[in-house]
Amino acid sequence: MEHIVIIGNGIAGITCARHIRKNSGAKITVISAESDYFFSRTALMYVYMGHMQWNHLKPYEDWFWEKNRIELKKARVNKIDFEEKILHFASEKTLDYDKLVIATGSVYNKFGWDGQDLKGVQGLVSKQDLELLEENTQNCKKAVIIGGGLIGVELAEMLKTRNIEVTFLIREEAFWHNMLPIQDAKMISEHIKSQGVDLRHETELDKIISDENGRVKSIITNSGEEIECQLVGLCTGVRPNIDFLKNSELETDKGMLVDEFLQTNIKDVYAIGDCAQLKQPPAHRKSIEAVWYSGRMMGETLAQTLTGNVMKYKPGNWFNSAKFFDVEYQTYGQVSALPGENEMHFHWQHKDNTKAITIAFESNSNKFLGINTFGIRMRHPVFDKWLNEDRKIDHVLANLKQANFDPEFYTRHEKEIFKSFKENLQEF
Amino acid sequence: MSLAAEAPAKLSTTQRLASGIGLVGLFILVLAVANVNFPNKTLFLSLSLGLITVGTVIFANDLYLGKHAGIKNDGVWFKSLSGRGFWAWILGISLTLFYIVLYWYPQYLGLNADGANTGIIALFDPLSQLISGNPASQWFVYGTLYTVAILIFGYKFILKYRNNRYEVIRTFSVIFFQLGFAFLLPEILIRLNQPYYNPANIWPLNYDLFTDYKINEFLSAGNIGVIMLAFGLISIFVITPILTYKYGKRWYCSWVCGCGGLAETAGDPYRHLSNKSQYAWKIERWVIHSVLVFVTVMTIAVLYSFLGDSVNDFWLTKDVFLWGSAGFLTLLFAIIMIFKRKELAKDAKYGAIGYLVVILAIISINYLSGNGNIFFFAGYQLREWYGFLIGAVFSGVIGVGFYPIFGSRVWCRYGCPMAAILGMQQRLFSRFRITTNGGQCISCGNCSTYCEMGIDVRAYAQKGENIVRSSCVGCGICSAVCPRGVLKLENDDLDGRINSEEVLLGNDVDLMDLVNQKSE
Repeated sequence: MEHIVIIGNGIAGITCARHIRKNSGAKITVISAESDYFFSRTALMYVYMGHMQWNHLKPYEDWFWEKNRIELKKARVNKIDFEEKILHFASEKTLDYDKLVIATGSVYNKFGWDGQDLKGVQGLVSKQDLELLEENTQNCKKAVIIGGGLIGVELAEMLKTRNIEVTFLIREEAFWHNMLPIQDAKMISEHIKSQGVDLRHETELDKIISDENGRVKSIITNSGEEIECQLVGLCTGVRPNIDFLKNSELETDKGMLVDEFLQTNIKDVYAIGDCAQLKQPPAHRKSIEAVWYSGRMMGETLAQTLTGNVMKYKPGNWFNSAKFFDVEYQTYGQVSALPGENEMHFHWQHKDNTKAITIAFESNSNKFLGINTFGIRMRHPVFDKWLNEDRKIDHVLANLKQANFDPEFYTRHEKEIFKSFKENLQEF
Repeated sequence: MSLAAEAPAKLSTTQRLASGIGLVGLFILVLAVANVNFPNKTLFLSLSLGLITVGTVIFANDLYLGKHAGIKNDGVWFKSLSGRGFWAWILGISLTLFYIVLYWYPQYLGLNADGANTGIIALFDPLSQLISGNPASQWFVYGTLYTVAILIFGYKFILKYRNNRYEVIRTFSVIFFQLGFAFLLPEILIRLNQPYYNPANIWPLNYDLFTDYKINEFLSAGNIGVIMLAFGLISIFVITPILTYKYGKRWYCSWVCGCGGLAETAGDPYRHLSNKSQYAWKIERWVIHSVLVFVTVMTIAVLYSFLGDSVNDFWLTKDVFLWGSAGFLTLLFAIIMIFKRKELAKDAKYGAIGYLVVILAIISINYLSGNGNIFFFAGYQLREWYGFLIGAVFSGVIGVGFYPIFGSRVWCRYGCPMAAILGMQQRLFSRFRITTNGGQCISCGNCSTYCEMGIDVRAYAQKGENIVRSSCVGCGICSAVCPRGVLKLENDDLDGRINSEEVLLGNDVDLMDLVNQKSE
């Protein structure tokens, strides 16, 4: 029987395993050094905040794996012998495979700052990071978070629930402005500040200062200001977790390089999820997408290939979601942070600053490109359809009601949005 | 994983003070139970209920106002009371003891067979006199405390979910039905010399509605009694299926019902304690449907013994009723099996057929043996057992007493026969569903954790499937706590209500088509 081994039990690896099982009787082994069972990484924050317990993070009950004959192995892979198709574990044991799927995810970035390895300095990606955070915040009064991305704002929310003062340093002039257009970014910045976070725009970390016990006592910003803290959260993005494969025959760049079938340069070895880097990404997609949804879709696609239905990875229209404290965010299609020549934005914002939408469209053809929506839930299938049908912005605005996904009895804003668009039309 | 830090679980000074105020109010009630004879009962009752209310209001204001509207579950699992800690057990045991005394030892509350009330019941006499013109009973005390709980914790709930209009409106509805229909209306009817009747308490939740003493009461009350009786029949056989078809069982379970009302307000801090395992779901299906069979059998037996033999007295004789019931049940099962068998799981089919065969067999055995009983025992005996086992032990002692341990909907999930009927209607003939928003689910598990009915909502959402479950009471909390806007309660076309897409939206269309073809 063919033995498919998957390294990594995150969303990519586990989705792949499940879909292989749906279509084939192959022997499946999933290896993880992080946790016994698959858990939802996106929900780590809720354990720290006391919304959930660790068990709630597991999307499948523990009996699921045996029932579906997916073998789980807790071990760390140190080395892979691609020639002989053998995995070498840290424990010096080995495992043979016929096909190998590498889905080892991400690790957080460290950019060589002074003091980045001190006690009390950490990122938040893994289960172990969460446990460390618990330890590091036992007697913590003040924390500094470096980097204005999705993990940074989550960490800020987490720490606030423990009554820890948070200073949040971000490089951009408004929160996540490398991804969000400026009005959207500014609204979220305001919201973060209103939650009692000391948000510093256009401020970067210079170095981290140690106390006499090798523990962080303060940081110094690029403007020379010293900020006292007992915790430094490194949230300046993640990178593929591929260090254990450096210096092997496997072709790597930032991540493991894969073709459109998610295969690496070595036959029968595949890479999916955060750790994979597409050699030729599809239009409007990045070569590395450290996103839950992309990991899942890669897992679904690769499972088809591995069970005899060879298939290219072709993700559809881009979509994503997040939550910034109390403001939910969804996006469908392309909304550039800095719109290029032929891209125009229509922005509407509610007066209470918790709801907004930004719609991107082509200025010459009025073709709808994408939407960012804050505090108003929108239907994924409707926008997916409109994007596939190349609808114009007029159509989107006239039919926005169809796309609304807010709970019943919520105040609706379609009329106001439509009116605002008409009034601003002259400007465009 | 051990979590030592408990910072978010700490109470503020205002919250401690508010708790103190509330406890003083509660202490007055405890003193009354201990037979302290308060001189001015009106004053002390007002003081007691007033302090409890004020304490809760101050506590809730401090907890939620001044903070952003949004989801407020910080530290829920760290707090002793909501995280199955020491205080949860103390509260659970206290509530359980209260129910035991209430049901079986009301004399300790001051109910005296001959002579005036004493103790806590006497404390409630002035209020009862004011509303119904009679002295209080243990049930009046219970009803008042129940209503106060829904009012004050309803207030707290509204503050907690003030960002969510569905929750706010729904909570006003349960408060209205508890205060108006469940508490005041029946007492006022008594004052007007009419039968005690709450139109929102529908058979079979109200298992006494069709018992002999109740029917006699209705019939002796003339037209209004007949209207009440007729409304009771119309409620379960006409109104219920129509409303459930249009809105799902939520129209009753989380908008009208008193049990649901208490669970959604006072029980809200314990909603996450429900068991989400597949094993619990299995037990739930067997237990709740067994209770439904029990109440059906009991009601048939009671009515059978109530009715006469002669057609000349009344057209509905024992025989007509019995074979009518058997025919109705058979017809109902036949319709479900013919039109909806595809939507039933294997064990549901076996269970349903099994139950029907057993009921029909017992009816014929007993009927043909001519001993006057229909289910081996006399109707009144079955009714007594049902009242003891289901009415008191299940819905009261376990259902509410164990809130802090098993969550707030134990009764509604495992025991309520009304929920069982509405659940079947919802699963098979309803426009209601919880829609999953394409591929946006991140499997975080907030929805499953905060589902009071123990539904593993995430299991559906992460597959892109809509949630169509008979037990869903439509409280809307899964949708509220979802951080990515994935869930929406809605009433829509029956087409595509139950969907199952193996590959989630976001992928290229070919892959989705391919896998969906295979799964058909």
